[in-house]
Amino acid sequence: MSDEMKIGAYICKGCGIGDRLNTQQMATIAEREAKANVVREHDYLCNADGVAMIQKDIDEEGVNRVAIIACSRRAKTEAFNFDGVAVIRGNIREGVIWVRPDTEEAQETTQEMAEDYTRMAVFEARYQTPPKPSGQAGRNPHLLVVGGGISGMTAAIEAAKAGYQVTLVEKEAELGGTAGKLFKRVPNAHPFKDPMDTGVEALKAAIEADDRITVHTSSTITKTSGAPGRFSVDITRESGETITENVGAIIQASGFKPYDANNLPELGYGKSPDVVTQIELEALAKAANGGPIKRPSDGKEVESVVFVQCAGQRSDKEGHLPYCSGFCCNASIKQAMYFKDANPNVDTVVLYTDLRTPGAGGEDFYRAGQEKGVIFTKGTVSEVETGGGLKVKFKDLILDEDTEAQPDLVVLATGTVPNSGVDIEEVPQNEPGEWESDPNSVLNLAYRQGKDLPLLKHGFNDSHFICFPYETRRTGIYTAGPVRRPMDIQQAIEDATGAALKSIQAIENAAQGRAAHPRSGDLSYPSFRKEGCTQCKRCTVECPFGAIDEDEERYPQFNESRCRRCGTCMGACPVRVISFENYSVDSVGQQIKNIEIPDEFDEKPRILVLACENDAYPALDMAAMKGIEYSAFARVIPVRCLGSVNTIWVTDALNTGYDGVVLMGCQKGENYQCHFVKGSEMAHYRMSKVDDTLEQLNLEKERVETYEVAITDVERAPKLINDMAETIEKIGMSPFKF
Amino acid sequence: MSNLNTQMIEKYRNSFLREVEANVEEGEWVKMCMQCGVCSGSCPFGPHWEHPPQEIFMMIRAGKRDDVLTSDSMWMCTSCYNCIVRCPRGLPITHIMHGLAHYAHRLGLAPKENPTHKFAIKFWDNLTRTGRVNELKLGLALYFMNGFSEGIKTSLKMKDIGLGMWKTKRLSPMEIVGGHKCKDVSGLHKILAKAREIEESKAQKFSG
Repeated sequence: MSDEMKIGAYICKGCGIGDRLNTQQMATIAEREAKANVVREHDYLCNADGVAMIQKDIDEEGVNRVAIIACSRRAKTEAFNFDGVAVIRGNIREGVIWVRPDTEEAQETTQEMAEDYTRMAVFEARYQTPPKPSGQAGRNPHLLVVGGGISGMTAAIEAAKAGYQVTLVEKEAELGGTAGKLFKRVPNAHPFKDPMDTGVEALKAAIEADDRITVHTSSTITKTSGAPGRFSVDITRESGETITENVGAIIQASGFKPYDANNLPELGYGKSPDVVTQIELEALAKAANGGPIKRPSDGKEVESVVFVQCAGQRSDKEGHLPYCSGFCCNASIKQAMYFKDANPNVDTVVLYTDLRTPGAGGEDFYRAGQEKGVIFTKGTVSEVETGGGLKVKFKDLILDEDTEAQPDLVVLATGTVPNSGVDIEEVPQNEPGEWESDPNSVLNLAYRQGKDLPLLKHGFNDSHFICFPYETRRTGIYTAGPVRRPMDIQQAIEDATGAALKSIQAIENAAQGRAAHPRSGDLSYPSFRKEGCTQCKRCTVECPFGAIDEDEERYPQFNESRCRRCGTCMGACPVRVISFENYSVDSVGQQIKNIEIPDEFDEKPRILVLACENDAYPALDMAAMKGIEYSAFARVIPVRCLGSVNTIWVTDALNTGYDGVVLMGCQKGENYQCHFVKGSEMAHYRMSKVDDTLEQLNLEKERVETYEVAITDVERAPKLINDMAETIEKIGMSPFKF
Repeated sequence: MSNLNTQMIEKYRNSFLREVEANVEEGEWVKMCMQCGVCSGSCPFGPHWEHPPQEIFMMIRAGKRDDVLTSDSMWMCTSCYNCIVRCPRGLPITHIMHGLAHYAHRLGLAPKENPTHKFAIKFWDNLTRTGRVNELKLGLALYFMNGFSEGIKTSLKMKDIGLGMWKTKRLSPMEIVGGHKCKDVSGLHKILAKAREIEESKAQKFSG
């Protein structure tokens, strides 16, 4: 294909567009004003004939920028899929005729709307380059799994079954992790009545037998650098001997450590050997091997045992865990069964505040515990006295009274703390050139933003819990098992299987230079004009995915396959040197500048709407499908993420004479829905600074509004646009119209 | 304290739950209660019970033997069956309540002045004597349940209804002497004796 730009503009008349709009007029605008090289109208552009017409122009006329002025970019994507050219969509169906009434009075403003979308599409096309994969792509069908517990072993086996090489690294001398320390596990199959074998030995044997899996025990990761498809990992043995492996993707299954029960002296831990944690009871049960369990202090066979649920968990107290660890209730039922199965006359009491037995068989297992005679008492334990026999003091919440029990043994359900390495918010990365490995880190990433995966809360790794639970904020690195959130064995196995699949996907995406979720398949990647860069580091700091490092001269260094193509760097750059081939400051900026701004006295304001393509834009599309109307003065431009919005767009719009700007991103904060995690948050922060600009321009600050919009806000999103139209009516038109 | 009560305390010591499982009709269900409270919320008499069913089940598990057995709560049950219909665990709550009441009575712990308890005894004695309910005697016994003068007052108040029933042949004054009976009274007594024997041997066999 020649490098000469040739723009084809195609205007569809189907779906009622031809009846409602003067498409001939639009075609004239595309040709005369926007200077498209080829302009054609068609009755049904998405049918075989229409598509063939476009393809013919591509083949014979050399059209390489195709502006399709028809329906929303979310519709007919398969029909309008042309190889090797840039395809732009002007939205005159969902964006115009479906949101405007079909009346005589509305005709004029509706036509103006469609004409503007025509201009915008052609100008967007002008600032496009068809994306090509970068030179950084590489395929390496080799997977690193960090952690040899049940999650890690499952992930390794699943990936190996799919034909990928796996290197499994475990810091202990033996595989097995926490599950390896258990006597038995909670059952995973009907009738969910009895504890069952943990399955750890079978997994170990399967790993042993699989020659695709290489195991390094007593080893840790001392350095991880590179990007998906070409990670380089240093694996160091206890002896100090280090080997380097090249892998395509990484699964972090580093699991959890039990909460430190020494923080619970009020529950008698550390004061009496007969107060044990659940994990310690597993050791006693292993020693008893199905026989009567003996208490640690004097070896007496236990005749009565009390399980204290939520010990140091689900509590606001200083040093306690605020969350539920998810598996402890089932684990206590299982452990009570250890006693009951050996001798039904042992008194087993579970003291709980809320019994939570997740999983398909949870309720059945609870019932089985009751059938075996385990007593469940709803109560909160205030203290375990250890002087002269154990005394568990608790408040019975059903009978509303303070009472006590005197068991032989007390078991504390203390919960889990994730092994997520160092908190990169608190432990900054070494300065370039001074990198060294940190023994507390799990992955020891050489990334500029820190050595481990970012955390969300309570020390668990951040992943998009609604839409992409496996995707961490480091592309090609997936977390599985209880390092991600509290979970039991069954959930960890499912989690690990999913993570194995996701990492295989990452390897194959990296091989083709394609993006991972949520812009999967996108081939574009950010590039920057080095000579314009001021080394301000905003892009490196703000990238939600740690894709940007710094080179020796402290210029940003983009790692394309780590990039998720959100454009947050582009929005951050104060000198606007970062751009994508198909998405840039210009590709949006030129759309903003090239619409018709009517004279101040025409009483036709213009509202710029920058809507996130993931949630806000589909919400507006759905509003259109439901026939919800919004102001004819709005011009909506989809953006990859609100984080990619550069403040220059807002300033330009106000300077050009727009009367209002509405920005729609996703929910931010701890319960974020932003598809790029931090994009919406960054945008809101940046826009909070826009007031100064407005002041300089002597404009009212109501003219710029930033909102969090969910995909379900079908009624609200159009209303936000109408609200702005009302505001403008109140405060008057912008004085910046030329 | 009744002899049986002493025996039972001795036998089950700290485990009232096991005692209930062995001796109370449907008592083996008590351990299956998951304390959701739907029974208590569904009971039309709920607000008037000292201990609603959910609490009774918890008290049994907490070993509160005296509090449970001397309580008048089970005697308040009107057998509306709301709790049975709604219990998510399928506990036959109404039956357990009657079972507990019956067991408390057997042990001599049931509240003496509870009207339901008193009526139940009178009804049972009346019925088992001849195998037929003697309505005249049962009615009069109820009138005089709370003393002679109250009995006279109630009788006078009910006089017209009584005469009306006599005229329409619904009530015979001759019932006061003997009354009608079933064909084989001694056979019935044998059946009842056997039933009690079975009940007791069941409790014996329980591995408590």
